[in-house]
Amino acid sequence: MQPQKQNSKPKEQKMLAEKASIFYGSFRAVADVTLPVYERQITAIIGPSGCGKSTLLRAFNRMNDLVQGARVDGKVLLDGEDIYGAEVDAVAVRRRVGMVFQRPNPFPKSIYDNVAYGVRLGNSRISKPELDSIVEQSLRGAALWDEVKDKLKSSGTALSGGQQQRLCIARAIAVQPDVLLMDEPCSALDPIATIKIEELMQTLKERYTIMIVTHNMQQASRASDYTVMMMMRADRAGEMIEFDETKRIFTNPRDKRTEDYVSGRFG
Amino acid sequence: MTASKPPRSLKKKTRLGENVIQAFFFFCGFVSIFTTLGIVLALGSQALRFFGEPDINPIELITSIKWSPNIGEIGIWPLVTSTLMTTLLALLVAIPLGLAAAIYLSEYATPKVRNTLKPILEILAGVPTVVYGYFALTFMTPFLRSIFGTDIVKIYNMASAGLVCGIMIIPLICSMSEDALRAVPRSLREGSFGLGATKLETSLKVVLPAALSGVIAAIVVGTSRAVGETMIMATAAGAGPNFTFNPFESAETMAGHIVRISGGDIDYNSIDYTSIFIVGLTLFLMTLGLNFLSRYFVNKYREVYE
Amino acid sequence: MKNNIASRNRTAKIGQSVMFGSTLFALVALVALLLNVVNRSFGNVIVRREMEASAFSPTPLDQLSRDDLAALVKRIADSDDYEGLTRGAYRRMDLEKPFAERSKDDIIGIINERLIKEEVVTSFTMWQTVFDQAGMNAELAKLNKSLKVGSPEGRIEFRSWINSRFFTQTMGSVAENSGIRVAILGSLAVIALTMLLALPIGIGAAIYLEEYAVKSRLNDLIQTNITNLAGVPSIIYGMLGLFVFVRALESFTSGAMFGITDSNGRTVLSAGLTMSLLVLPIIIINAQEAIRAVPNSLRQASYGIGATKWETIRDHIMPAALPGIMTGTILAMSRAMGETAPMVVIGASTFIVSDPTGPFSKFTTLPIQIYTWTAQPDEQFRNIAAAAILVLLVTLLSLNMIAILLRNRFSK
Repeated sequence: MQPQKQNSKPKEQKMLAEKASIFYGSFRAVADVTLPVYERQITAIIGPSGCGKSTLLRAFNRMNDLVQGARVDGKVLLDGEDIYGAEVDAVAVRRRVGMVFQRPNPFPKSIYDNVAYGVRLGNSRISKPELDSIVEQSLRGAALWDEVKDKLKSSGTALSGGQQQRLCIARAIAVQPDVLLMDEPCSALDPIATIKIEELMQTLKERYTIMIVTHNMQQASRASDYTVMMMMRADRAGEMIEFDETKRIFTNPRDKRTEDYVSGRFG
Repeated sequence: MTASKPPRSLKKKTRLGENVIQAFFFFCGFVSIFTTLGIVLALGSQALRFFGEPDINPIELITSIKWSPNIGEIGIWPLVTSTLMTTLLALLVAIPLGLAAAIYLSEYATPKVRNTLKPILEILAGVPTVVYGYFALTFMTPFLRSIFGTDIVKIYNMASAGLVCGIMIIPLICSMSEDALRAVPRSLREGSFGLGATKLETSLKVVLPAALSGVIAAIVVGTSRAVGETMIMATAAGAGPNFTFNPFESAETMAGHIVRISGGDIDYNSIDYTSIFIVGLTLFLMTLGLNFLSRYFVNKYREVYE
Repeated sequence: MKNNIASRNRTAKIGQSVMFGSTLFALVALVALLLNVVNRSFGNVIVRREMEASAFSPTPLDQLSRDDLAALVKRIADSDDYEGLTRGAYRRMDLEKPFAERSKDDIIGIINERLIKEEVVTSFTMWQTVFDQAGMNAELAKLNKSLKVGSPEGRIEFRSWINSRFFTQTMGSVAENSGIRVAILGSLAVIALTMLLALPIGIGAAIYLEEYAVKSRLNDLIQTNITNLAGVPSIIYGMLGLFVFVRALESFTSGAMFGITDSNGRTVLSAGLTMSLLVLPIIIINAQEAIRAVPNSLRQASYGIGATKWETIRDHIMPAALPGIMTGTILAMSRAMGETAPMVVIGASTFIVSDPTGPFSKFTTLPIQIYTWTAQPDEQFRNIAAAAILVLLVTLLSLNMIAILLRNRFSK
């Protein structure tokens, strides 16, 4: 299911799922997904509730490993290397593929420590000025610096919901990942905070490859370059029914179900 | 943030510390298994040694009613019956009072009253048993003697120990029963009120039966505690096995016997030493059976409401 | 119909009162328990003394300094006026341990024992002290009439059985000269060792079960086993300790392995090992609950940023679960503090006058003292047992208070 002829210059594949199926025990939650993720582009995953969007997203940084009995068949490549290979370290994968969650989940630590935490893990001997500068750049990168620069020592949990979510983004980019996975990052936020995150995504994509799960059709059409449409099959496994440039998905989808879904006829 | 990121390998790293720590945690989890094995080994091996003694006829353990191992009399009944007597007395106190208190706290009490009374029960549950023993000997015994007469009530007697043991397990029965009662869904109560039942009728005829398996579990756990209770019995029930069903007589319970024998200077090769392990084994099996039984009942009510 | 409703309502009222009364019974029992102890911790006594301290010292003895007391003893001995403390007796005692090195309590003890020779003949409860003056006087008169002419008469004095000497004295053959110093030190030593062993293992086991264990037969077994162990009577742990630590591992627990020869396996170390097995299930179950209460979003945040399992546990799960773990720890501590039966079984000493000096010392604990004193026929031993119970209960109540405060502070 390759996208149809592209009108702009060809993009490089950062990640690629190849016939990936995800199981929880004997239950198949996602079936046979083959999906390229283009570098420095935003790929949105849409589809009705329970169709396995989050599960698929989490397969890209092995977060599903934390669920007992979860297993992935097929391949998920990062720069051509299968992240489920026998020799691959899940922790190393997650340092290159960061994640932002549905509900903002800052650590109950100071704003500074929230951002510095991951950096320190990778480099415990990092000098204070160096760390300061990474924290500042990350917070700037997440468009939060101006709001918090005077209260870096205060708790991250005291911020507003939208600020917390941007703090989580700052925390994720502080470790310089290649890819950012965002699991409905705006679903717990108000419209103004949502707009800010969407604007931020446009800046972030200059540096990072982004995948986002969203329930919000407007968000997918506004903010993403590519869109994946997923549906639940009769055996309750999620499958990918269409992948294309976002424009095409929302204007001229090939699949009738996609058309019904994006036009709000169900889901 | 540099524009070009250094390629970072995805190769597995050996994290030695991580593995050592995980191994340590696993060991910690395993300590509890060692504890159980230790208990079984300790009780079992010494019990076998006991039965291996030349003058011992194992069948007498349950056919004789005299316990005096150093002269070859090994009927365990006197210790068992006194244990059952004191347990029965304890339950006579603890079941009605604990259950009524549980119903009051779960069905009647306002949050304010509840928050005042619950800590009192918690304090009562935290009093060491040796203190209850003192209470039995210096308060309950004189009290019973003043009511029934000093001729009838011995200084050391099962009644005093049993009743005080009952007070001790009230908090246990109360809090477990209360949990079970509170797990009963509101709709059931509302259904009963809707039919014009009073609060008492609803509590006793609808809520209590619905929570029955949880309440039974509480009673079984209380029984297990009373059977294994040691210090109250050792202090107030008397020293010396006595096959009697008169609660005002002195009679040693299983746990009380173990404490008395092991408290002295005991010769590790004597039959006295091995005999307490056969008593301990009996006690362990009794409480283990009761604990399994209570788990069965707890799981039963969890299945229904959770 | 109307009558029926009235009678049903009446029954309902009565039922409610009965249940409220049952709940109040717990309060009544607690009050009775405390009053019974207080009643015997304070009260009048009938004492007889060979002489009063005022005969040789104008100021009360406990107001004198240590040096003054040593000088006083020397002066009395030099005068050779008193049979109980002659020059020869002084020399012998000084040889045993020079007076210059003896403590104040020690010297007062000598004066009491050799000169004053105080004897508590009868002790009364607080209740009798307040409400039964006549009875006490009758008792006193009866005693004085029975005495031989010339022997010192009894007199009624008020006594608090909890006093400063009660905390500093070791055990004695009579109740007045007995204290809880060795027992308190023994309790502290055993509890310190217990916690040192049980805390890391208990928390470790909880972490294993909550964070590492996958669903498997073995892990189910471990979990079931822990629940079961929590219900095993404490005396069974005592037998385990007797068999394994006191006997099988005697060369280790007695210190023989380390060159200590004058001891057997009935040591602080055996007690600590036994007690730590006993409190382990309590610590594990509470720590598990605390860890389970840590929100999953915190774990995901940490893993999502590329933290390893241990880094996640160390940096996020432990700090968040700490208050809950502390509460469980305090519960376990107060359990260990009041536990008696297993200590008797593994052979705590019932009469011991020297402080515990290390893990290989013989020991006694506060509950053991209470038990031993309760079992004495002498009324005065019941008094000091009550005093010791008061000390124990106050300690336990303060511990529980801390636990409740911690819980309320951190639970939302």
